[in-house]
Amino acid sequence: MSLYSSRRRTNVLATALCWTGTIFGLAWLVLILGALIYEGARGLTPAVFTEMTPPPGATGGLLNAIAGSLVMTTIGVLLGTPLGMLAGTYMAEYGRYSKLTMVVRFINDILLSAPSIVVGLFVYTVVVAQVGHFSGIAGALALGVLVVPVVVRTTEDMLLLVPSPLREAAAALGLPRSHMLMRVAYRAAKSGIVTGVLLAIARVSGETAPLLFTSLNNQFWSTDLNAPVSSLPVVIFQFALSPYKDWQQLAWTGALLVTIAVLLLSITARALSSQGKHK
Amino acid sequence: MEAGFNRQTRDNSVSDLAIIEAPPRAAEVDRGKVLGRMALFDFIFHNLTRASAVLVLLILGGVIFSLIYGSLPAIQAFGFGFLTTESWNPVTEKFGAVAPIYGTLVTSTIAMVIAVPLGLGIAIFLTELCPHALRRPIGVAIELLAGIPSIIYGIWGLFVLAPFLQQHVQPALISLTGDIPVLSSLFAGPPYGIGMLTAGFILAIMVLPFITSISRDVFDTVPPVLKEAASGVGCTTWEVMRYVVIPYTRVGVIGGVMLGLGRALGETMAVTFVIGNAHRVSSSLLAPGTTISATIANEFTEAVGDLYTSALIELGLILFVITFFVLAAARFMLMRIEQKSGA
Repeated sequence: MSLYSSRRRTNVLATALCWTGTIFGLAWLVLILGALIYEGARGLTPAVFTEMTPPPGATGGLLNAIAGSLVMTTIGVLLGTPLGMLAGTYMAEYGRYSKLTMVVRFINDILLSAPSIVVGLFVYTVVVAQVGHFSGIAGALALGVLVVPVVVRTTEDMLLLVPSPLREAAAALGLPRSHMLMRVAYRAAKSGIVTGVLLAIARVSGETAPLLFTSLNNQFWSTDLNAPVSSLPVVIFQFALSPYKDWQQLAWTGALLVTIAVLLLSITARALSSQGKHK
Repeated sequence: MEAGFNRQTRDNSVSDLAIIEAPPRAAEVDRGKVLGRMALFDFIFHNLTRASAVLVLLILGGVIFSLIYGSLPAIQAFGFGFLTTESWNPVTEKFGAVAPIYGTLVTSTIAMVIAVPLGLGIAIFLTELCPHALRRPIGVAIELLAGIPSIIYGIWGLFVLAPFLQQHVQPALISLTGDIPVLSSLFAGPPYGIGMLTAGFILAIMVLPFITSISRDVFDTVPPVLKEAASGVGCTTWEVMRYVVIPYTRVGVIGGVMLGLGRALGETMAVTFVIGNAHRVSSSLLAPGTTISATIANEFTEAVGDLYTSALIELGLILFVITFFVLAAARFMLMRIEQKSGA
């Protein structure tokens, strides 16, 4: 009987620990979001969206940083998505069982979780050091490199989910393989691939490390992508570590904006993919 | 969606057939042309996709090559001494990687010590204990934690967590362990707030969702029959987990943990905020330190001179090599569990 009760005690204890752990884990999410909303919302004024980043001691906004982030993320995604989709297509369709696919899949999974700061160093040596100055283009390239593995992964996974009879039916009608892909396979996998792209955008829009020494920062409005460009994450980094209260407040507000954008993107992506699953 | 989708594809295939078969009279030439164009497009598309796949490989090759190329001056100047020297002095241009490597390993270890049991606990909770209605929301919440950019963890760690640890947790740790031989040196010195312990804490919060979601996925690969059989002979929920589920999924769980470790080793921004950026090896976890990624993030744009830059790039190379092997091992293990569940 004592064996039974000790087993039961262990069970109750372990179960209780799992409950506590989960509550503990969720508490972080609440604490972080709570602090972010509390601190960030205080500085959320129209000036944030209409004025440039200020010098120390002055008031200002984050307009140039927001614009820089949007532009570089857009270019990065436009560069990375086609490359990722094409490579994913090869892996799922043309070379499903080839050696190349196995190698690329392995390498891609590593790139997927490789430290993003290393990508920054890569772009620095290849672009910045050769050209001789920091530039928005280099920043966009670094983000593009980070987009690729996410898109490769989801494109391949989603194309693999497309049932083969669909492809066979298209082939039986005499469609060449590339037409079958465009007209049948991509359409069937559409919501999954869009999800992947959204997740990739969510991932790069908060990236700071690869931008630190590619696009650097710029205190002023700049549309010249061949010059340093400001971005929201880099501004947050710089302002948060500064001793000035105004700058720290702007950093919190910027952090709130980035988080809202990222969470909206990932929730949309999730909703899209679960919609695809249910039907 | 299924119905609409089928209709669409049918419409398209029909219209394609129409293109191919439509002109019945001037047919042969046109048909040959269209087919030729299709074949050409097919050829181009096939090779385009293959070239893209190769390009992904080349990117990784480019990363490795550029890091080696960039660190050549430092490698020539310091040789293997780089890995055994502690001093990091930009003025005299003497650089050694011991302090950053030490900091990286210590903070990652702290992170794993906290995050592994916690992550497994949450995964067990989600697969076995959680009421069905809560399963999805909690899973989503944990994954949202994974989606938050690292800079957010950094700013939160700097302004919220570090002061809290400094005022409430670290003094208690210091006085509690003051008389215990080994622990007292681990928790020695004044409570700075920022330092290796705080960085490890932040890292733990960051890798927790990765470990949780992968463990949950591999726990789900256990055939229900096994669990039912164990419950059938009278095992408690915990015993089912401990003696059936975890042994069955051990490789996958280790893979997930390694993946989390890979993240922790390379994580930059969150650590940079709270580590304190001090180039020294200190036995106290409360002392400020530095990690490889934090050193690069803090100093790269300010580095003057080729040797300084090159030393920082060599740090990046070391980081990349370490994470490459950790991640490769993780992938290898996860591949094995996938094969197992597929078979």
